[in-house]
Amino acid sequence: MKRFLPLIIFASLCVFLVIGLQLNPKEVPSPLIGKPTPVFELPVLDQTNTQFSPEQMRGQVWLLNVWASWCVSCRDEHPLLVEMAKQKLVPIIGLNYKDKDPLAIEWLSKMGDPYQLSIVDKLGQVGINYGVYGVPETFVIDKNGIIKYKFTGPLTTTAVQKELLPLLAKLNQ
Amino acid sequence: MHCAIANEALPLAANPELETQVNKIAVELRCLVCQNETIAGSNAELAVDLRQQIRDQLQNGKSKEDIMAYMVDRYGDFVLYKPPVKISTFILWFGPFVLLFAGLWTLLRHIRRENRPIKTVQDSVDELSQARALLSSVRKDSK
Repeated sequence: MKRFLPLIIFASLCVFLVIGLQLNPKEVPSPLIGKPTPVFELPVLDQTNTQFSPEQMRGQVWLLNVWASWCVSCRDEHPLLVEMAKQKLVPIIGLNYKDKDPLAIEWLSKMGDPYQLSIVDKLGQVGINYGVYGVPETFVIDKNGIIKYKFTGPLTTTAVQKELLPLLAKLNQ
Repeated sequence: MHCAIANEALPLAANPELETQVNKIAVELRCLVCQNETIAGSNAELAVDLRQQIRDQLQNGKSKEDIMAYMVDRYGDFVLYKPPVKISTFILWFGPFVLLFAGLWTLLRHIRRENRPIKTVQDSVDELSQARALLSSVRKDSK
């Protein structure tokens, strides 16, 4: 037994290192999960006179998807969002983050618009309140306006099927 | 003639004292975009925004603690370069000392064992004569 002790220590160290390698350092757990959505009121993209606040979504489970026309991974994610909107899985509200209105409008008309509406966060202030640090990010918000989950980075088909859909089903019960 | 190649220098802060204070707070916050940089050192857009946020809040009379709490509320403990001591970070804070003491203990034990004086064998007279007899019998056999 004593002879194998160094080997055992070495093996357990390896196990820890392998686990460490598989963690994604970009995925920082959000402290907002389980908390009410930060309050804000911002103009709606392409309808500057209309204001949106999260209160308006009370009673519905919805997604808040942070996007921008300058964001490259949003381009990867976008077709999936369009598909989700087509299937009417869940209402998606866009948060157009630090973007220019004409570019954002053009982007949506070219790539398709999966959003019920997009809100304009020109200065990124709402982004800060939501702890956004990498676009795209997607928040899942329940009927009572509580943030239930956050996806950092582009949504993938696997993430939607394995994580998002079961969660939506649970929240909609 | 205007022929500058480098970018124009940013205007110096209107209030250098405020800037020092902003910096003091910013060096303790991690930039989440480039995680090994502080908000003071990073030029990522988020870092620039957060520096502005610190500046605004200081101007509104907020204290350093208020601003730190504001950041943690949004980005979590991860935003702090120095993680707080709490149950989930016990291993992080005290693990290295545990390892250090375990190492020292093993080392000391080892050294003590090496230094233990070797027991001198005091053969009794009986044992000696027995050994001699044995040796001589072996010699006889081999002849």
